[in-house]
Amino acid sequence: MPAAEPGADGAPSGGGIPEGIVFARIFRESSGRAVATLARVFGDLDLAEDAVQEAFAVAIERWPAVGLPPNPGGWIVTTARHKVLDRLRRESTRSGREAQATALLGAADPEPEAEPVADDQLRLIFTCCHPALAPEARIALTLRLIAGLQTPEIARAFLVPEPTIAQRLVRAKRKIRDAGIPYRVPRDHELPQRLPDVLAVVYLVFNEGHTASAGDSLTRQDLCAEAIRLARLLHTLMPDEPEVRGLLALLLLTESRRAARTTPAGDLVPLADQDRTRWDRELIAEGQRIVRDCLRRNQPGPYQIQAAIAAVHSDSTRAARTDWRQILALYDQLAAIAPTPVVALNRAIALAEVAGPAVALESVEALPLDGYHLYHATRADLLRRLNRPAEAAAAYNTAIALTENAAERTFLATRRANLS
Amino acid sequence: MKQYLLAVHMVEGEPAPSEAEMQRSYKAVDAFNQELMASGEWVFAGGLLPPDTATVVRAQGGKVVTTDGPFAESKEQIGGFWVVNAADLDAALEIATRGSAACGRPVEVRPFQEVPE
Repeated sequence: MPAAEPGADGAPSGGGIPEGIVFARIFRESSGRAVATLARVFGDLDLAEDAVQEAFAVAIERWPAVGLPPNPGGWIVTTARHKVLDRLRRESTRSGREAQATALLGAADPEPEAEPVADDQLRLIFTCCHPALAPEARIALTLRLIAGLQTPEIARAFLVPEPTIAQRLVRAKRKIRDAGIPYRVPRDHELPQRLPDVLAVVYLVFNEGHTASAGDSLTRQDLCAEAIRLARLLHTLMPDEPEVRGLLALLLLTESRRAARTTPAGDLVPLADQDRTRWDRELIAEGQRIVRDCLRRNQPGPYQIQAAIAAVHSDSTRAARTDWRQILALYDQLAAIAPTPVVALNRAIALAEVAGPAVALESVEALPLDGYHLYHATRADLLRRLNRPAEAAAAYNTAIALTENAAERTFLATRRANLS
Repeated sequence: MKQYLLAVHMVEGEPAPSEAEMQRSYKAVDAFNQELMASGEWVFAGGLLPPDTATVVRAQGGKVVTTDGPFAESKEQIGGFWVVNAADLDAALEIATRGSAACGRPVEVRPFQEVPE
């Protein structure tokens, strides 16, 4: 349990109340489903979200005093629904909105099921990740509406000022309403185009938590946990989609190494040097099980292949035992379907292990990745192994200048200092 | 049912398309327009003559000022547009996808303001 943060959940500041943190977390876990249910009932995302926010305010005040309700999800839906009905009754007396308010009141009268229809959450996810919304907006909406994170938490996670996140959310919801983004699950024939956007959002959230783009610590564990939760939700809702499985496996296998990735001081430990006894065996087992399943079904895709690569790493109890040839073969497969410069860069790392650093260096020289710090870090490492310390030092300098993550900078600076 | 403006982008000074490409896009846009009319999605459409044929009128403060040239200073200009009926943005985007493929240019989709009843 993280240390209590005063004010983070609305609890009084000055130490915070641990109970309040627990309640906030429970609320968060149920609020996504509540928003989804109410959005279906009222056909209005904004209304649903506002109502759940109001219910949150009530919960945070009342639950510590009277205790947790037996069915928090049901409590939230009921409370929020009453908030909406109150608001609609108030507004129906104002001219101009009578027709709309009456219609919504009529639609809302039957008591909605406390348990959401599975489609409710899918509808919500696909709407939040609609391609007509800007990528940052999709992430903010997903974290807010589905993960139930509050604006300050989202702002802290991405190191962006709170008003910026607040504005992003306002604009996104306004666009959904004004441009007429429909609240529905894409039809089967639309899925190939729409699903990648959803997976990309989850992956971006995880990636941000895995290696924070700025700030002092290497990782932000809560974001990774949130991303995995979202990936699991997608897996529950769309169990037959191969890339959904692939993404979940990739996240689990990547997360399994968390404890070994940093020293207690927060310094970066590269894969080759990690203490593999600190890897989470359960996450690895689950991830590998999913990968085996994917291989059996033989409908490969980029996330599944990346998961397979992660699985090969997880197979080796010691770095020296890594089956680099298999990893290289998987990267060849990945490059065939997703021929991006970053894939070529990652492939080069495997290539170096199989064919030596000279061949690998040649394969990355022409890549258009000048603004990417890991490109220069990779070049630096290859140059170091080729005994070209002056060029390696220059590459390390460029890499350091391009990342704002303090742990990464320290690591790269140490590598540079150790050059002969 | 909503209405959307599908505005075709063009860039001033860009090289003119080949004769073959022009033929292709005329035929494709023509066929596309027929589809829109048949489906009831068509409201209005047309191609515009180039920006240098434009004139701007400002009639504010009791004065009228007429100037040569388009309103926007930028190189990006509207080349033509469709106005369509569509149930929601996804439907409008689907129409715009076909329109963009037909005319070979980017198409911007803007919703019209709802007219109060």
